[in-house]
Amino acid sequence: MAQEILNIQHLKRSFAMGGETVHALKDVSFSIQAGEFVTIMGSSGSGKTTMLNILGCLDNPTSGTYMLDGQDVGKLDRNQLARVRNSKIGFVFQSYNLLARTTALENVELPLFYNKKVNAAERKQRAIKALQAVKLDGRMDHLPNQLSGGQQQRVAIARALVGEPVMILADEATGNLDTRTSYEIMALMQDLNKEGKTIVFVTHEPDIAAFSSRTIMLRDGSVQKDLKNEKVRSARQALEELPPADSYSI
Amino acid sequence: MAILNLIKLAIKALQRNKLRAFLTMLGIIIGVAAVIAMMAIGQGSKESIRSSLSGMGSNMITIFPQSNLEGGVRMGGSSFQSLTMKDVNAIKKQATKIDGISPVVNASGQAVNGGQNWPTSIYGVSQDYLHIRQFSLKDGVNFTDKDILTSAKVCLLGQTVIDNLFAPGVDPVGKYIRFGKTPFQVIGILNPKGQSNFGQDQDDIILAPYTTVQNRITASTVYLNQIYVSAISEAASDSATNEITSILRANHHLTDQQEDDFNVRTQAELISTISATSSMLTVLLTSIAGISLFIGGIGIMNIMYVSVTERTKEIGLRMAIGARGSDILMQFLIEAIIISITGGLIGVGLGLLSSFLITKLAHWPVLISETSIMISFLVCGITGVFFGYYPAQKAARLDPIEALRYE
Ligand SMILES: Nc1ncnc2c1ncn2[C@@H]1O[C@H](COP(=O)(O)OP(=O)(O)O)[C@@H](O)[C@H]1O
Ligand SMILES: [Mg+2]
Repeated sequence: MAQEILNIQHLKRSFAMGGETVHALKDVSFSIQAGEFVTIMGSSGSGKTTMLNILGCLDNPTSGTYMLDGQDVGKLDRNQLARVRNSKIGFVFQSYNLLARTTALENVELPLFYNKKVNAAERKQRAIKALQAVKLDGRMDHLPNQLSGGQQQRVAIARALVGEPVMILADEATGNLDTRTSYEIMALMQDLNKEGKTIVFVTHEPDIAAFSSRTIMLRDGSVQKDLKNEKVRSARQALEELPPADSYSI
Repeated sequence: MAILNLIKLAIKALQRNKLRAFLTMLGIIIGVAAVIAMMAIGQGSKESIRSSLSGMGSNMITIFPQSNLEGGVRMGGSSFQSLTMKDVNAIKKQATKIDGISPVVNASGQAVNGGQNWPTSIYGVSQDYLHIRQFSLKDGVNFTDKDILTSAKVCLLGQTVIDNLFAPGVDPVGKYIRFGKTPFQVIGILNPKGQSNFGQDQDDIILAPYTTVQNRITASTVYLNQIYVSAISEAASDSATNEITSILRANHHLTDQQEDDFNVRTQAELISTISATSSMLTVLLTSIAGISLFIGGIGIMNIMYVSVTERTKEIGLRMAIGARGSDILMQFLIEAIIISITGGLIGVGLGLLSSFLITKLAHWPVLISETSIMISFLVCGITGVFFGYYPAQKAARLDPIEALRYE
């Protein structure tokens, strides 16, 4: 039996907006096993980001329980949550969020600065390894503004990997990228998943969801569907099927 | 997180915006440089006043005429006339704690040698003057009792007067000069003493028998401008002062109810009066400099605030990847401290450089004390913590989700 990475039960999250209360998540329950590649789908405003923030220990639910890697997250204080984020979670954002004027290598090193157990030599070595995993070890000294969007997102993925988290959380990580680059990112995600990384990937694009092994559909803060994907599409193959990039050039 | 890591992160963050970091430092740089330079000037002038006053003869006692309010109108010191040669002779006869006394009558005027002119002062004195003021003769001889008796037209010249009246290489001894209309034969040359710190050149001086100056130049044969006395030792200065006071009171027939119509001051008193004044000057200059340091601190706070706002998204990201509030607090605090300490370092350098330039170019005496450097550093560190804390705390309290969403 696969190990359970996370388990949420009766999770609710509401926001007080002036006099009214917005129920962003209404009684959501599911669990994710180690090695799964889950996409969370849903239209805008359905609660995907709210869900991911809670899974990423950036936000606390209004009610309900959240067990992450056997730990009850609801019982942790601010500092303990920061430790959990540092050691168990790797974030990938839609807008990359790389530090400007900071080399790719230094950006990737960043999470390890907040880990007391890692010394300078190990930090550098692990960052190089993470950049190798996203095939950017040739661009270690490049600054974010010297990299394409896809390359920047790969640096961000390396940064998410470097702390050896139990899962990677991505919020619309392909939202700013063209189709080809999106597929490249998804191919990378599939590779990481094959190596055993658990991935939770928020998207609103159905063709992206096709690359995952399971899709949780949110609608108005509730789980509408939770489907296993029997025929996972290979992102590498999808890339090959795309018309060549230079086909429209003379 | 290890403090070393935080320092590295802070340095990296500062390196990303070097110009801004420098501009932020500027207030501190100027403040510290000002503190160092001001304290150096203040201390330097105090020290050199002290040393030049004691160079004038630390046993020296000066007697000034002074109003005792008898007429109901107090008159300015020099215009008041109460000291005469009778006083000099009485002190000379009766005082036991002194080893030299000289009347002083002085006048300003033009010294002339052929085509050369030089505005200077002539001091009518007795032979003891050289001993009291610790002058020595480089060449020639001092004047004699006979010169004084006969109002002989002889004089001793200071180096500055010689430099301005005689061509280089000419030996002035035996030559004639004029002071005003009166011709004087130069019989001796004083060893140079250099500058005193009131900006006064101690070698810009002509000495002549007091009788000569009284008869030929001031045309006032009774009253003296000052009387200079030297006590047998510095320790005897106070008892010599007491002796002189009682001799003069008796000589002036003052009753117990009447105040002194003269003022006896030892060199030690003069030194302490003047040092007190220059201490006040130091305090004043330093507080002005301190204010600029404070303004520098406010500059740091201002920029740190801007920086926290600008880097809200970065702060959110750092929190998302595992920074605790205290890590963020420390990072910004350390940034502020690094800015202020680096600014302090540059400021100290600039302060030392400007102190050096002030001595070189303006010939002001400066004295750099380690205390002033240490105090500046301490103040810089405190400034960094004090003005960096509030913005840093603001950063540490940000909500990671809102910070990440910040555009
Ligand atoms: N901080 C907040 N304050 C108030 N309402 C919020 C906040 N965050 C999210 N919401 C509301 O919760 C709902 C779900 O938002 P979100 O999770 O961002 O949706 P999605 O990411 O699926 O587009 C929306 O109606 C949104 O307006
Ligand atoms: Mg969203």
